[in-house]
Amino acid sequence: MSVFLNKDSRVIFQGFTGQHATFHAEEAMKIGTRVVGGVTPGKGGTQHLGLPVFDTVEEAVQATGADVSGIFAPPPFAADAIMEAVDAGIKTIVVIADGIPVQDMVRVERYRLGTNSMIIGPNTPGIITPGVGKVGIMPSHIYSPGRVGIVSRSGTLNYEAVAQMSELGLGQSSSIGIGGDPINGTDFVTVLKAFEDDPDTDVVLMIGEIGGPQEVDAARWAKNNMRKPLVCYVAGLSAPAGRRMGHAGAIISSESDTATAKIDTMEALGMFVVRNPADIGATVLKAVRSRD
Amino acid sequence: MNIHEYQTKDLLRHYGVPVPSGHVVHTETQAAKAAEEIGGSRWVVKAQIHSGGRGKAGGVRVGSSINEVKKIAGEIIGSLLVTHQTGAEGRLVRRVLVEQASKILHEYYVGLIIDRATRRVTLVASSAGGVDIEVVAQQTPELIIREVIDPAVGLLDFQCRKVAYGVGLKGPLLPQAVKIMKGLYRCLRDSDATMAEINPLAVVEGNQLLALDAKMSFDDNALYRRPTILELRDFDEEDPKEVDATGHGLNYIALDGDVGCIVNGAGLAMATMDAITLHGGRPANFLDVGGGATPEKVANAFRIVLQDPAVKIILINIFAGINRCDWIATGIIQAMRDQNIKMPIIVRLAGTNVEEGRAILSTSKFPFIIASNLNDAAEKAMIEVKKIINQAMPLTKGRP
Repeated sequence: MSVFLNKDSRVIFQGFTGQHATFHAEEAMKIGTRVVGGVTPGKGGTQHLGLPVFDTVEEAVQATGADVSGIFAPPPFAADAIMEAVDAGIKTIVVIADGIPVQDMVRVERYRLGTNSMIIGPNTPGIITPGVGKVGIMPSHIYSPGRVGIVSRSGTLNYEAVAQMSELGLGQSSSIGIGGDPINGTDFVTVLKAFEDDPDTDVVLMIGEIGGPQEVDAARWAKNNMRKPLVCYVAGLSAPAGRRMGHAGAIISSESDTATAKIDTMEALGMFVVRNPADIGATVLKAVRSRD
Repeated sequence: MNIHEYQTKDLLRHYGVPVPSGHVVHTETQAAKAAEEIGGSRWVVKAQIHSGGRGKAGGVRVGSSINEVKKIAGEIIGSLLVTHQTGAEGRLVRRVLVEQASKILHEYYVGLIIDRATRRVTLVASSAGGVDIEVVAQQTPELIIREVIDPAVGLLDFQCRKVAYGVGLKGPLLPQAVKIMKGLYRCLRDSDATMAEINPLAVVEGNQLLALDAKMSFDDNALYRRPTILELRDFDEEDPKEVDATGHGLNYIALDGDVGCIVNGAGLAMATMDAITLHGGRPANFLDVGGGATPEKVANAFRIVLQDPAVKIILINIFAGINRCDWIATGIIQAMRDQNIKMPIIVRLAGTNVEEGRAILSTSKFPFIIASNLNDAAEKAMIEVKKIINQAMPLTKGRP
C-alpha cells in the first residue's frame, strides 16, 4: 500500500542509538526498509548502523529527505519527539511508546492540526508492508505479501490474526496498528479510507477492543463509503465493566462500549463479524471468497 | 488511579471550588468531636470508599445531634458496604467524612472528561444533578450541555458562561459557576486527571453554589510527574494481587472464574478470555506479561495467578513479537520447579524463537499440555477443567 509506507519511503528513527531503536532499525533494514538515518540529540555527526546520526529531526529531513519517522523515545519524552517530527514536516510518524500521558496526546493532537503529518499510535506495534518494509516492533517473518489490509488496536492480537490467515494462505497488503491508547493520532476510519483507495487491497480486517465508539463509528462509515468487504472483530466479550483491561483505552464505561454491543451493531450494518477469536482467519477467507 | 471523596474535595478547595466544611475521621469519638468543631445542627456522615452508590447502600446518613452523628459513625466505620461497584463481598469502611449538612434548593452536574472523538477535554454540565450522568445522558440527553476545550488556550470564561446559562445557572449564580468550572479545569490539568466531576453541585441557602460530592480519576501514566497525587493512593482500596502485579510490570485483573490466564499483549489477553468463555469456561483473571518478558517476570505471573484459590488450571498463550518464546519457556519451567505447581498447564507458544521455546518445554520433566493454536488451547483447557470437576464431584459422573 502506498499511503503509509511504500518503496519510496525514507525512514528515520528518533532515539536512534537506543537499545530498542537499534534492534528494530536493524530488523527493518533486514527486510529491505529504506532507513536513511536517525536522530539522537547530542550525538549528531556520528554514525550508527552505518548511517548518519543527527541532533534534530529538521536537520535529518534536510539531509536525507526523510518522510517517515519511527519514534522510540520513552513515554515522558515522546510527546516532544512527536511534535518535533510534525514541525520538521514528517508525513508518517509511528509512535511505539506505551504509557504516554493522555493529556500530552491532547496537546500533540492540537499541535498537529493543520499540518500534513499523520501520527500512527501511540502504543502501536507499528506498520508493515510485507515485501517493502516496516516501521515497528512486529515479528516481520509471520507476515507475507497479499491483498488483505489489517488495522488493529492491539499488537499481539494482530499477530494472532496474521498467523490464522497464513494457515489459510492469505497474505497482507499492509498491517497498521493504531494503538491501544484512549487518544490516538490515527483512527480506524482514516486507515479504512486508505485501504479502500489502495489498489493493492481487496479485503480489510479491523481488529478492535472494548471501550469507546471507534469501531462502531468505523463500521458505520464503511457501510456508506466502502465497496471492499470489511471483517470486524472486537476483543473483550468477557471483560467486566469499569475495569481497564491492560490498554489505557480498553475500559467499558457504557453499554455501547461492550464487545457484544459493538459486534451486534456491526453485524446489523452488514459487516463480516467474528465472534470467536479463533475464527478470524476463516472469516477473512469467507470475505475474500465473497468477492469471487 | 482513584482517590477518596475527602481527598478530591481538599484538592478542589485549593482551586477555589467551594466545598462544605468537614473532617475525615476514623472513630466515632472523633466523629462527635468533628461535628462539634464544625458546628450547626445537622451533619452528614459519609463512608469513604472508592465506590459510587454509597448513599443507596446506607453509607451516607444525616445526623441531627452530636450523639446521633456518633452513633451513625460507629455503625458505618468498620462495616462492609455493598454497592453496585464493590461486588457482593462489599468493601470495609475505614473512615468517614463528617460534614455540615446543607439545605439543598437545586442540584446540578458539572464534569470534565477526555473525549476520544474530539481528542480533547470536554466540559459537561446538566441541570439534572445528583443522579448518575450516564443515566441522564440516556434518558434525557437534552438536559446535557457540552463545551469542547482547546488545550492551546484552556477553558475560557465565555465557554463557562455559555454552559452555566445553558443549564440555568443565571444571575448571581453565574459568576460563581464560572469560578467553579475554571477551578475544576485547572485542577484536572495540573494533576493529570482523566476525569473530574462535581455531582451534585448544589444551590444551598443564601443562593450559594457548593460542591456536595466530587470525584476524580488520574492518569496512571502521568503519576511519575505528580508526586503529590501519588501520595493520595490508598492501597486498602485496591486488590493486593493487582498491586503486586503492577510492582512487577504485569497487568493483572482478578475475575471470578477458574481458568488462570497468562498472555502477552492486552488484546490477545482479552481474546484468550473470550475463547475460554466461548468454550463454556470462565477465566479467573486478565494477565498481560507485556513485551520483553524475562523468565523472572513469567515466574511472577504464575505466582500472582496462583494466589487466587479458585484457579484450577493455567492457560499460557504467548505470541512473541518482541518477546522470546525461549525466555517464556524458561520462566515457565522456573515457576513449575520453584512453586511446586501440580495443576494442568496448557501452553500455546508462537512467534519469535518458538522452536527453542517448545524444545525447552518438551525436554523438561513436567507434563505440559501443548496447544497448537488459540482454539486448541481453549478446547484443551476445558477438557482439563471438566476432568477436575468430575473428580471433585463423583455424584455428577457421566455428566459433561
